[in-house]
Amino acid sequence: MPNSRIKVPEQAKAGDKVEIRALIMHPMENGFNFDSQGTTIPVHIITDFVCAYDGAEVLRVQLQPGLSANPYFSFYLTATRTGPVNFTWTDQDGTITTNSATLQVT
Amino acid sequence: MKRREALLAISGGVLLSVLPLPGVASDAETAEAIRLLYGERMLNPGRVTLKLPALAESGNSVPLTLDIDSPMSGQDRVMRASIFASRNPRPLVATALFGPHAGTPSFSTNIRLSGTQDVIAIAEMSDQTLWTSQVRVLVTVGACDVLQMRF
Repeated sequence: MPNSRIKVPEQAKAGDKVEIRALIMHPMENGFNFDSQGTTIPVHIITDFVCAYDGAEVLRVQLQPGLSANPYFSFYLTATRTGPVNFTWTDQDGTITTNSATLQVT
Repeated sequence: MKRREALLAISGGVLLSVLPLPGVASDAETAEAIRLLYGERMLNPGRVTLKLPALAESGNSVPLTLDIDSPMSGQDRVMRASIFASRNPRPLVATALFGPHAGTPSFSTNIRLSGTQDVIAIAEMSDQTLWTSQVRVLVTVGACDVLQMRF
């Protein structure tokens, strides 16, 4: 399972818009690179990224090979109540990477 | 085999090995990629702000920030936003779908650019209207050029 890093503020006031950042270590091979033998490396990418909180989605991204290696996203979430913020990355071969952090809402 | 034939065979082999070079999309291909996602609807300029560096030294990772002008309250929301790179081998770069808990409709990521080109962002609002903006980025070394030299 690839390494992932997330940044969620520890606490927020209800109604606040907080910045969330998420990164996953992944080569995002675009199919145009060659290995040391000169053969093409096939496309190998993460196809979906989902951030969910309080029973609904915050952001879903459909990734394409045009994104950089180690895809990074930064976006905003509206704080409503204390709970986990869940992150899910889905690889094209079905590997699912998850990460989670708790947001305290005061 | 004669020497001439052997030389021809070798040059043919060299040409073939070069063939999988990524091409660049034409304007028609980019328009087709946009049509596939959004159909034949009208694109209005405005309400979308794309922030990209004017000059990128490497096309492998170009920081991009997309800000959309929308209150994100009640029925007036951004449903989805897409980024297109008009001269990449595959013009569609990413699609972001904003869910019910999305705050400010803003989104940052890093993209690959194959060379100097226009980057286009399209946002679809909850009233089905489409808003667009485009920015020209000068790329010194494209994402495809550098990695070709790896082997």
